[in-house]
Amino acid sequence: MKSSTADRPALATAQRLLGSALGPFLGLIFVVLLFSTADYYHSRSEGTDTSFASVATAQKIMRDSSKVGVAALGMTIIIIAGGIDLSAGAAMALCATVTAWFFREQFSLPVAISAGLLTGCGVGFLNGALISLLRVVPFIITLGTMTIFLGTGLVLSGSSPIDAHDIAPDWLIDLQAPYPYPEWLLVSSGVWTMLILAALVALLLKYTVFGRHAFALGSNESTARLCGINVTWLRITVYTISGFFVGVAGLFQFTMLNGEGDPTAGTGVELQVIAAVVIGGGSLSGGRGSVWGTLSGAMIMAAIPHGCVTLDIGSAWQKVIVGIIIVAAVTLDQIRQRRLTT
Amino acid sequence: MSVPLLSMTGISKHFGATCALEDVSLEVQAGEVKALIGENGAGKSTLMKILSGAVRPDAGKMDILGTAYRPAKPQDARDNGVAMIYQELNLAPDLSAEDNIMLGQEARSGVLLKRSEQRPRVLKALELLGHPELKPEQPVHRLSVGAQQLVEIARALVMDAKLIVFDEPTSSLTRRDVEHLFGVIRKLKQSGIGIIYISHFLEEVREVCSRFTVLRDGRSVGSGELEDATESDIVSLMVGRKVSELFPSVPHTPGEPILSLESLSGVRLPRGVSLELRRGEILGVAGLVGAGRTELLRSIFGLDPIAEGTVTVAGTSPRNTPAAMISAGLGFVSEDRKAEGLAQVRSITDNVTYSRLEPYSRFGMLNLRRRRKNVSHWMEKLRVKARSSEQMVTELSGGNQQKVAIARVLHQQADVLLLDEPTRGIDVGTKAEIYRLMGEAAAEGKAIVFVSSYITELLEVCDRVAVMARGRVREIRARDDWSEESVLQCAIGVDESTS
Repeated sequence: MKSSTADRPALATAQRLLGSALGPFLGLIFVVLLFSTADYYHSRSEGTDTSFASVATAQKIMRDSSKVGVAALGMTIIIIAGGIDLSAGAAMALCATVTAWFFREQFSLPVAISAGLLTGCGVGFLNGALISLLRVVPFIITLGTMTIFLGTGLVLSGSSPIDAHDIAPDWLIDLQAPYPYPEWLLVSSGVWTMLILAALVALLLKYTVFGRHAFALGSNESTARLCGINVTWLRITVYTISGFFVGVAGLFQFTMLNGEGDPTAGTGVELQVIAAVVIGGGSLSGGRGSVWGTLSGAMIMAAIPHGCVTLDIGSAWQKVIVGIIIVAAVTLDQIRQRRLTT
Repeated sequence: MSVPLLSMTGISKHFGATCALEDVSLEVQAGEVKALIGENGAGKSTLMKILSGAVRPDAGKMDILGTAYRPAKPQDARDNGVAMIYQELNLAPDLSAEDNIMLGQEARSGVLLKRSEQRPRVLKALELLGHPELKPEQPVHRLSVGAQQLVEIARALVMDAKLIVFDEPTSSLTRRDVEHLFGVIRKLKQSGIGIIYISHFLEEVREVCSRFTVLRDGRSVGSGELEDATESDIVSLMVGRKVSELFPSVPHTPGEPILSLESLSGVRLPRGVSLELRRGEILGVAGLVGAGRTELLRSIFGLDPIAEGTVTVAGTSPRNTPAAMISAGLGFVSEDRKAEGLAQVRSITDNVTYSRLEPYSRFGMLNLRRRRKNVSHWMEKLRVKARSSEQMVTELSGGNQQKVAIARVLHQQADVLLLDEPTRGIDVGTKAEIYRLMGEAAAEGKAIVFVSSYITELLEVCDRVAVMARGRVREIRARDDWSEESVLQCAIGVDESTS
């Protein structure tokens, strides 16, 4: 209990790791092993080749996780700071639409990309400012802005997707190519983008004053205020930074749709993003969450559809399985946390 | 005398028509521990809020070391070396001790944390506090309440506080942690820090403070040396009338047995508790935090699962659920009014009647008028101070909230009252009222289990006192066969024969 872990710092560190990032990662390995084994017996009985346990599948799973994964990096910061963002899906689609619009209107490449990213920061800033200044809970504010962003996207696009496929450069479209191009990258450039950003967020949370303050805000807001932290600005900063990641996810969505800006394509994605954070050990009551846990969560969510396809499980059942995994992951995490704290 | 560390003179504050403070003065010297005493609502918290910059006074002036001090926000207080340690701890539970200590005053270079610079300052502060459990990297939620409080004190030390205000610091500490805290306060005093110590516990005040100031109804009604003042002098200053006794006794005699426990064990705590309780009897339960007192009550009431053993109420053994226990005649008052005991944002009426709505319902419809009338009766009987029975519980003072919680079990017509720390964090006057209520309930033939960390009150109010340690009842004796020391020794686990 208390004294035993305090006496052995190595053990305490190991437990903390297990409590944050390692648990979800083991979950990912478990899911992959499960599907590999099932696939092995399935293909033997059908007389076909196994297809799940392969480099190609791994590449595709990581590619598929990158859009949700990048957005979930921002969501991790928000959830650690005790917030939530239901508008992430709609905002992501809005960013993609803005980028497509700038391409269509013949703006240069840097302008079009920056416009999408800045839109992300802008919507994040708006969310943070509304929550702080109106003093309404984040759940309600972002429920409202979700519809606002969807509507804005529809206004901008004239209610039909903006096609910019011919204008956007190949390397941009290749961000979400299923297989790496060029091949020596090992995984798609989008996956690399996600991993680099993840490392940056991990450093941000661990080694900066901002990171400590974000944890403090989610852990106990009145304490943060009492310790002289400007809670209003802190929250706005949290949402603005998170908005940047929504912008990057928007760019991924744009390239995934082959250079099309569809304002409705983000509907429901916010729930996948939140699920990734929660599977990764984030606590919706704030104060807890980890970058590597979140990435594992996003990959678990991407692995399930692939596994189901190789096992000939229909997409309807896939959804049921994803739901069960979310509930199971969070339950397991709760049990582990209880065991760690008592 | 030298220039005082802090002087507050002629402080007044009105909230609308109510006068919270009127011409209050307070002076603290460097290296002095000053007791600030008063009942709830006497104005202590408002005065401290003014000192910390959370509230601005209407009139009066404050000086720190002879320089004018006009804080506009909490940050100003920190900048002037004034630190507050509130009753409810202000910590971020998920952050480590070090991060909590340095929160808002981090050593930084640019946006980066400089742990190498922080660590020695944190260690130096922790060394002074001298608690073995405290390690900088330890997450705060793993620490005991006593250690958590030290983290807050360390925060004050790191910011070089000149004046530290302790607001009811011992209300949730064990006896041992209290001793440790007093040691720390003495060390702080020696290093020249001025301290304002707010407490209801007069014994405690006497132990650490030298001078006192009493507030009543927003005025300073007396101050002086604690040595020259008797306990009843101070209490009569506090309540404004002669208190014939702090512990009003209502005669009651134990009757037939009503509750019996047969080697009752929970999953972890309690362990094999057997005891018998009679109608008209008050049984005290003493013990350190973690001895399993709360767990015992929760197991009896069906809130925690029972691993082994039985609970018998008036000859029957009800199912182990709160609903079954309530209908068997048990009533439970939780130690945690805020999180568990009361629905804070609901009205007094709702809270009093939650556990027994049947008298007012017909086919599921509630007769609200009758309910309100009945609740008003209970409010009168228990002297609950509130605007109306429809007022939200969260707006009431701690003492009045506690009365509402007790009103619920009385309204429920429970025969056995399980009271967990019913007098924690409430003022002397209300405490006396609660002792009286307990005595009256016993006189009416109810049985009471009274869990408390305040040994004095147990020995005054109870017929018998049980002492728990490590989940077991170590000993039950009649009140007169205990002394404060013997209770404490038994609770710590020292056998008198071996000590």
